[in-house]
Amino acid sequence: MSLLSVRDLSKRFGGLQAVENVSFIVPHGAIKALIGPNGAGKTTLFNLISGVLRPDSGSITFDGRIVQGLRPHQIAARGIARTFQHIRLFPKMTALENIMIGRYLHSRAGFISGMLNLPFTRREQKTVAAKSREMMEFLGITDLADAEATSLAYGQQRIVELGRALACEPKLLLLDEPAAGLNMRETVEMCALIGRIRGLGITVFLVEHDMSLVMNISDEVLVLSYGQKIADDKPLAIQKNTEVIKVYLGEDNAAN
Amino acid sequence: MRTSYTQVFGFTALIVAIQILTMVTNSSYHLTQLTMTAYYSLLIIGLCMLIGYAGQISLGHAGFFCIGGYVTAFFTTHDLSSHKANPVIALLAKAGILIVRPDLYGGDLLTVHPWAACVVAMLTALGVAWFVGGPVLKLKGHYLAMATLGFGTIVYRIVLGTTFLGAADGISDVPPFRVLPGIEISGNASVRVINYYFAWGLVTAGVLLLLNLIHSRAGRALAAIHGAEDAADAMGIPTARYKLNTFVLSAVFAALAGVLLTHYNGGIGPSEASVMKSVRYVAIVAIGGMANLWGSLFMSLILNYLSLRGYFGTYDDAVFGCILILIMLFAPEGLIRRSILRDLRRLVSGGGVEETGS
Repeated sequence: MSLLSVRDLSKRFGGLQAVENVSFIVPHGAIKALIGPNGAGKTTLFNLISGVLRPDSGSITFDGRIVQGLRPHQIAARGIARTFQHIRLFPKMTALENIMIGRYLHSRAGFISGMLNLPFTRREQKTVAAKSREMMEFLGITDLADAEATSLAYGQQRIVELGRALACEPKLLLLDEPAAGLNMRETVEMCALIGRIRGLGITVFLVEHDMSLVMNISDEVLVLSYGQKIADDKPLAIQKNTEVIKVYLGEDNAAN
Repeated sequence: MRTSYTQVFGFTALIVAIQILTMVTNSSYHLTQLTMTAYYSLLIIGLCMLIGYAGQISLGHAGFFCIGGYVTAFFTTHDLSSHKANPVIALLAKAGILIVRPDLYGGDLLTVHPWAACVVAMLTALGVAWFVGGPVLKLKGHYLAMATLGFGTIVYRIVLGTTFLGAADGISDVPPFRVLPGIEISGNASVRVINYYFAWGLVTAGVLLLLNLIHSRAGRALAAIHGAEDAADAMGIPTARYKLNTFVLSAVFAALAGVLLTHYNGGIGPSEASVMKSVRYVAIVAIGGMANLWGSLFMSLILNYLSLRGYFGTYDDAVFGCILILIMLFAPEGLIRRSILRDLRRLVSGGGVEETGS
C-alpha cells in the first residue's frame, strides 16, 4: 500500500523541463531515496510534493487524497513535514523554541486567546514545551535546548531542523540532503537516526548524494536524470543498473 | 519569560512619577501633551507588533488613525435633528444610539453616541485593513512600503478633498466621550489628571495584551514567519493569514488611538493623515529597536512629547526624517537594546558598526 503516489508529474521553468512525466510511489513505512546528478530535478520534485511549487500536469496523491495545488501549510497539515537543503532554522530563537514551532499543528491557541493569555493557552504552552523536550531527548540534544539555534554547530543545526520536522508528527518526512555538510561520524549517526525515525512509524523520502547512506538505509531508490525517471528499484539492483551507472560515471564504465 | 510583569510595574511607576513631578512643580499643563503622547503610543505599539514581530512594514498607519478619528468626529458632530421623522433615526434614538445634546448656541443637536461612533470607527478600520491588507501583504519589502504609502496618500487626499469631512479645516467641536462613569475624555483642564491616567492605563493594557501575544503560539508563529517564511509555511503556519491578522490588529490599535485623541482634542484635521505622520511612526518604531515593544514605547513617550511641546519647532518633520536615516545607517537594531554598550565600545575603539541587515 502506498502512502505517496505520484503520477505523470511535470514541471517546466521557461525552456527547462525540470521534471518530466515522473511517476512513482512511496510505500507505507518505507525509506525511499531520490538520487540523481546535479540539476536532475530532485529539489524541484520535493518542492512539488511539499506545495512550494505547483505542477504543470500530473497528480500527487497522499494518504488517499489528492494534494497537488494545495498551499505548503495545507500540505503540512495533511501530514507531510520537510527539512531544507540549506538549513532553515528560525533565527533569534533557541533550539527548543524552534522545535516548539514544529508543534504548531498540534496546538490551537489563536490571536485573541494568546493576547488574553487564557488558562487553556497556558496549559497548552506547557504541553507544547514538554512534548518538544521529549523530542530533544529522543534526538539526544537535550543539552542544546537553550542555545540559540542558528549559532549551533552545523551538524547540530541539522538535528534541530530534523527535530522540528518530527515535532509535526508527520506521516511522511521529506529530507532534502540530510547528510550534506556532515562529517563521516555525523553521517553514520544520521543514518542510525533515520532508521530510528522509521521505527516510529514515519515514512521517509529523502534526497541524498552520499551513496553509502543511500545504499545502507533505503528500501527503494528512485533515480532521476534531466527531469526523467531512469530507475526505481531496490538498492542492490540500482547499483547494477547500466542506465544509472551511465548517468553517474559515463558510457565507458557502463559497458564494462 | 514572565519578567514582563516587573517591566509593566516599572512602567506604571514611571507614569505615576511623571504625574507627581508635574504636580510638585506646578506644571500639570504638561499632562495635556503627555496624554496626547499616550494615544500616539497606542498606535506605535500596534505598529511595532506589525513591523518588529511580523516583519511587515506599513507607511500608511496615519491613514488608519484618521479613519478612526474622522469616523468618530463625523458621527458625533453630524446633526440628525432634521431627520427625526425618519423611522430608522427614531428607532436609533430610542435605542440610545443617538443622543440629544446642546450645541454652542443653546440649540439641540441629535448626534450618534460616542460609544456607538467608536465601535463603528474601529469596525471601519478593521474592514478597510482587511480589504487593503489581503492583496497588499502579498508584496514584500520596498513594494509593500510603496503600496502602504499609496494607501496613506489616498486617505490623506480623501479627507482633504471631502467637504462633509471639513476638507482642509477638518472637523471640530467633537463632544467629550464619557467612556465610563466618572471618566470623560476631553481636553477640559478639570479632568486632565484622570485623562492622563486613563490614556496611559490603556497603553499599559495594550502592551500587556501584545506581550502576551508575543509569548503565545501566535507570537511564535509570527517570529517564525519573520525569520524564515518558507520554513514557517512547511510547519503548517498559514503565513498569509498571520500577516493579515497582525496588520488588522495594528490598524485597530491605530483607529482606537485616532478615536480617543479626536475626542480629547475636540477635533481632527487632515494633517493627521499626512504621509509625514506615518513616516514619524515608523521612525519611532525603528529607533525603539523594531522588535522591541518597550523600546518603541519609551521612544514614543520621549519623541512625541518633545514634538508636541514644540521643541523641534519648524523642523518637526525633518527631525523624524533624520532619525529614520541615521538609525538605518548606524543602528539598524535601534537605540534601545541590550547590546548598546558593546556597540558604543566598538565605536570608540575605532571599529565600524557591523552590518546586521534585516
